[in-house]
Amino acid sequence: MSSYAANSPVTGDHAGLNYINCERGIWSWLTTVDHKRIALLYLFTISIFFFVGGIAALLMRTELARAGADFLDPSTYNMLFTLHGAIMIFLFIVPGIPATMGNFLIPLMIGAKDVAFPRMNLLSYYIYVVGALMALIALIPGQFIGQIFPIFGKFLVSIGLPQAVDTGWTFYAPYSLQSGTAVIWMTGAAFVLGFSSILTGLNFIVTIHKLRAPGMTWNRLPVFVWASYATAVIQTLATPVVGITLLLLIMERSMGIGIFDPKLGGDPVLFQHFFWFYSHPVVYIMVLPAFGVVGEIIPVFSRKPLFGYRAIYISSLAIAIAGFLVWAHHMLVAGISDTSAIYFSVITFIVAIPTAVKVFNWVSTMYRGSISFETPMLYAMGFIFLFMIAGTTGIYLATLAVDVFYHDTYFVVAHFHYTIQGGAVIGLMAALHFWFPKMTGKMYNEWLGRICWVLVFVGFNLTFLPQFVLGMEGMPRRYFDYLPQFQSLHTLSTVGAYINAAGYTLALLHLLLTAIFGKTLAPDNPWDALSLEWQTPSPPPHDNFEVTPVVTEYPYAYGKPVEGDHHA
Amino acid sequence: MSHHTDHRAATKSGIDPHELGHILPFVVYKRTFIILVVLTIVTVVAAELNISKYSAALAMAIALGIASVKAFLVATNFMHLKYENPVTWLYAGFPLVLLAILIGLLFIDNPFRVDPLPGLEAQRVIRPGVVAQELVAEAEAKAAH
Amino acid sequence: MNSHVSSEAQPGQIGPPIAHHMDPVTAYHAAKLGMWLFLATEILLFGGMFAAYALYHWMYFEEFHNASRQLNPIIGGFNTVVLLFSSFTAALAVDAAQHGRNDKVVKNLLITIVCALIFLVVKYFEWSAKAEHGLFPGTSHDGIAFNSPEFITMYASFFGLYYCLTGLHGIHVVAGMCLLIWVMQKARKNRFSQDYYTPVEIGALYWHLVDLIWIYLFPLLYLVG
Repeated sequence: MSSYAANSPVTGDHAGLNYINCERGIWSWLTTVDHKRIALLYLFTISIFFFVGGIAALLMRTELARAGADFLDPSTYNMLFTLHGAIMIFLFIVPGIPATMGNFLIPLMIGAKDVAFPRMNLLSYYIYVVGALMALIALIPGQFIGQIFPIFGKFLVSIGLPQAVDTGWTFYAPYSLQSGTAVIWMTGAAFVLGFSSILTGLNFIVTIHKLRAPGMTWNRLPVFVWASYATAVIQTLATPVVGITLLLLIMERSMGIGIFDPKLGGDPVLFQHFFWFYSHPVVYIMVLPAFGVVGEIIPVFSRKPLFGYRAIYISSLAIAIAGFLVWAHHMLVAGISDTSAIYFSVITFIVAIPTAVKVFNWVSTMYRGSISFETPMLYAMGFIFLFMIAGTTGIYLATLAVDVFYHDTYFVVAHFHYTIQGGAVIGLMAALHFWFPKMTGKMYNEWLGRICWVLVFVGFNLTFLPQFVLGMEGMPRRYFDYLPQFQSLHTLSTVGAYINAAGYTLALLHLLLTAIFGKTLAPDNPWDALSLEWQTPSPPPHDNFEVTPVVTEYPYAYGKPVEGDHHA
Repeated sequence: MSHHTDHRAATKSGIDPHELGHILPFVVYKRTFIILVVLTIVTVVAAELNISKYSAALAMAIALGIASVKAFLVATNFMHLKYENPVTWLYAGFPLVLLAILIGLLFIDNPFRVDPLPGLEAQRVIRPGVVAQELVAEAEAKAAH
Repeated sequence: MNSHVSSEAQPGQIGPPIAHHMDPVTAYHAAKLGMWLFLATEILLFGGMFAAYALYHWMYFEEFHNASRQLNPIIGGFNTVVLLFSSFTAALAVDAAQHGRNDKVVKNLLITIVCALIFLVVKYFEWSAKAEHGLFPGTSHDGIAFNSPEFITMYASFFGLYYCLTGLHGIHVVAGMCLLIWVMQKARKNRFSQDYYTPVEIGALYWHLVDLIWIYLFPLLYLVG
């Protein structure tokens, strides 16, 4: 062992200095290489885009509340669902938990001072910002920009930027090859955003391999770190494939190389194959970290060791790997061969198993535990309920005979909102509340947190449960208008959407205002948790730990010791 | 000890260079390069033999096989992969597994598609969209007889 | 421990850079793992195009063989040997750095960069020759324009894939050159030693990837048919 450790400067500055107040001024934030500050930069930015995407959703739901055209026209509607999908996916939930909570927590949880490549971490953030700006330019209708910012609107017209993209976030050929809209800008933006995701994933993999504190063996890693590791593997290895797909789409659109365009002998389904080869693993990027968050929260609020710790981390890895094998279940009725469809249907059924293992383990953790219902626990329990619905409806869609009827209906829309919103976003909300005291040193208002949770939970289910029924009755997705028989369910769904939006707005405002103006200071370890991030001050000092910690056991030894539960 | 100008930068950082990368003898690099050039010549000659006339699969297997041997040599000797730890092997190999999955599963799709309209299969090769419509009309007319 | 000091005061003899969160040995291994991960992403990036090529080669067998005959395998073979040699000198540069010989690092990297330049020049002439025969985007020959229906009947998507594959590869050659020039500049300032040569090693790793991709591109594009 080199002499470096003995010579390293003692960290932990004088009392009262933490990562927030150790340096002041906006420039220190914009040029920081501290993973905790970068996490907050990401959090701030993705929240803004969450609201932009949310406003698009509310506009659509308001239009859809009644049959017939209300205040939108069909082509604007197409641009809106493209904007909503692309922003929510590429700008919000894919960076989502990894870029925010992952960045903040991973070094703390493994006992390191920072991630392996701090400057690359900051670069990742700025690449994300550039990609996000490119995406906004491509997605927001020019006429809309022109009404608010006339000069900027004129500028966009002058550089020849065509209309906002209307292909849907999936950019399927051949329409994306023909659409007279800013497809190249948008796909270019997605390519840039992919780069940010790759670099973050790469950083996390190296960090977890190389920077664990003494005694932090793989068997003692918190499940959130395991989940982040599995996520990082997907981020690093799946994203390049969508990168090349988008590049090829740009080439096809500009040069006509003949690989997606049927007029030139290409196969448009090949685009779908390549697109979904990434876009299926990407949903695991969204939800695996949420699994990790839930796995952290449940033992703490049940005061019981996590049931089946090894099964949980093995299932995280299994999900990451198996997620690469199932992509064409998004294409079961797109014209692939029957052989192929049968294979993908069967393997999709199998990939549900590791997730079921996790659900079983979380519930078993709660069994005979001493449960308390703080806001993070409410979100975590809500996650289990919502993800069960998500997962089982996914099985319906994977069933070939059923998918013939459900594909491209509201059933699919409801299913993926249950997985992404009911899964990943609820996971993010759980994480934000759970680690809020660690990140800010302040305590949020528990009752406000719970009220917002009720709004979010009720609103979400009211929005999307009716959509399952709509899908079963045949209502197609991405439709601007519909037959009158669907109206009552649509109206119900819109009411839910407003409640849902109120819940998120209030919750995030509550957290933001408490972070800035809150007076209640939080102790270092308000939840009495055992993982390393709770053994350092709230908020942590710049270098995370006063002294490099040495780890001797795994972080779930809550309550009474369980027979046979060794994790030495 | 000679007193010529020593271009080796000396440091006192206390690091043992053996904890860093593995040092290979020069002859390993030289031999690897020579084998690579020989294999390149072999693969060009093999292509001239025109094996694809008899078996396209065999020709492709030979070409890709030789390329893979070359790639393996570059990776293990030039890139020192032989002396790296298992984690690096995992991440060097995993992309290849993923590509095998991608290409493999692509090939259970296209080759097994069944032609929905008889007669279109032979025509599907390359005819621009307008012509495809004519073909559909033709096939329908034939089916109507 | 080596305690030779050069008779000339050399700038840059400051050993590995100090990172506040890792010791230098960990930093070296972390940088190498990071670069291997990045190479993994590059393999997948090109791999997607190889998958498209595989599918269309199977679908349009005759047309691909037709089209490949328009390429010159001798020129392709020459470029292959040039890149293999550049990989050889890049490996020698790392070896020199491991022995603390900054002068040899500079020499070997220079040869590598010159080889890269030769590769690009040859590529340029290849592409111009294609343009003369109407085999380049935007050109036409004998009345048949690039990727017109008649063109596609003869060659399918071979040339589209050819330009995308070699074009993206060429971009990586340029990127690799820039990276190696940056490393060479550091070597010229005697920055490296037996204790610290990380940039040389990871720069060389990137360069080897560029070579690896070409090792597969050559037979698939030039030696078909």
